Amino acid sequence: MAVKVRIPTPLQKLTQGKEEVDGPAGTIMALVNELDRQYPGLAERVSENGKIRRFVNIYVNDEDIRFLNAEETSVKDGDEVSIVPAIAGGAW
Amino acid sequence: MGHVKGLKCRECGREYPVDPIYVCEFCFGPLEVAYDYKSIAKAVTRKKIEQRPETLWRYRELLPVDGEPQVGLSSGFTPLVKADNLAREIGIDELYIKDDTVVHPTLSFKDRVVAVALTKAKEFGFDTVACASTGNLAHSVSAHGARAGFKRFIFIPASLEASKIVASLVYEPNLIAVDGNYDDVNRLCSEVANKYRWAFVNINIRPFYAEGSKTIGFEIAEQLGWKAPDHIVVPCASGSLLTKVWKALKEFKQIGILKELETKIFGAQATGCGPIATAVKSGTDVIRPVKPNTIAKSLAIGNPADGFYASQAIKETGGYAEDVSDQEIIDAMKLLARTEGIFAETAGGVTLASTIKLIRDGRISREGTTVICITGNGLKTQEALQGHTVLPHHIKPSLASFEDVLEKINKAN
Repeated sequence: MAVKVRIPTPLQKLTQGKEEVDGPAGTIMALVNELDRQYPGLAERVSENGKIRRFVNIYVNDEDIRFLNAEETSVKDGDEVSIVPAIAGGAW
Repeated sequence: MGHVKGLKCRECGREYPVDPIYVCEFCFGPLEVAYDYKSIAKAVTRKKIEQRPETLWRYRELLPVDGEPQVGLSSGFTPLVKADNLAREIGIDELYIKDDTVVHPTLSFKDRVVAVALTKAKEFGFDTVACASTGNLAHSVSAHGARAGFKRFIFIPASLEASKIVASLVYEPNLIAVDGNYDDVNRLCSEVANKYRWAFVNINIRPFYAEGSKTIGFEIAEQLGWKAPDHIVVPCASGSLLTKVWKALKEFKQIGILKELETKIFGAQATGCGPIATAVKSGTDVIRPVKPNTIAKSLAIGNPADGFYASQAIKETGGYAEDVSDQEIIDAMKLLARTEGIFAETAGGVTLASTIKLIRDGRISREGTTVICITGNGLKTQEALQGHTVLPHHIKPSLASFEDVLEKINKAN
């Protein structure tokens, strides 16, 4: 078992079209960096200087990591991580 | 004749050409219009602005259009009312109301942003405009779009009360009632916007649309005699309006129209939907989304797109944010009407009630000039006051009956 990571459409070019990829347990930043070794370019799209970009939301089992332990949130085998770009639309 | 250099990502600074796009392909940050302020400074003077018609288009060099204004030719330049009665009541020296209850043609500040958005939509060559909305934005896109000759698609949650949609339906747009809540409608609209070549004012036209909000800031400065006030209180939903009012004042300073700028910007929210106020009060940059529960429906955005930038503007200027209960909102709506004769929608109650708290707590000093932004007309949300107003005096059609009541009224006073 590994950590399952859901990749949003705009980043699937980097993952050869895969919607879901596997990554290792550990912190979110370690996971991002490991995925970047497998899929070069991914880290700079979702993070900058070791921080997740402001308009990229990362959820661990449906909870936003900003309300867990942010970049230091740890994930274990079997967890589901989703990368979801915030769409800067909104209304009103 | 335009002074727009292009679009630029607010986050990573990547530059894009002027297109109906709104999100950075690289980092997903929002795109913003970038201007050539050197050429604007040469092109604009106070005198030149003063000689133009009293509409929002008198600041056209600082708006993102290339050619002549095409929509909203009577929109903007609403009154800045010196509110002495209200100032006395809430214990402050000098108070002004920026009164957008009377914007042409649909009585909310949305007429400003839609005027700019639809002019830009014409320049891009769109024949169809669209939005997701439950209120003011729907009214404005329906009305401005009718006159400008656009096909219009207005998406609303199907559960919306009939009374709320008549003010859109009268302009005969295509009103699409979606089975689902407001978030579902928004999500659907993003998909529709990807598939159809339509101008969604608050999606793919958003960078241009949002710039229209700056005109409130420009007008406040001009109407105060080319001076920025000490405090401005702005209601926050997405946080865009507050961000743009501050941007407007900074631009005026940058191009030399304003000599000094020491304005503090304050945000106003309902306690039932106050993610920006919560972040400001707890001193964090992270906006935690909430599920809205407030009578101020026009401000009920639980996950505000510009929340971060609004909280930054508040911090940068030394302002603060406050939030208020439904009862405080109603009391403030009545106070505004009773003292200044202005009937604001619930959002106006939020702004005034928050202002009162900010003064009480010393965040806004009693000295200096304070401007509060009232952004929509109360006639649209009358149900909010049901059971909260004074009652009529019923009489028989006779002088005696009237004089009975008159005596009671005189005694009560």
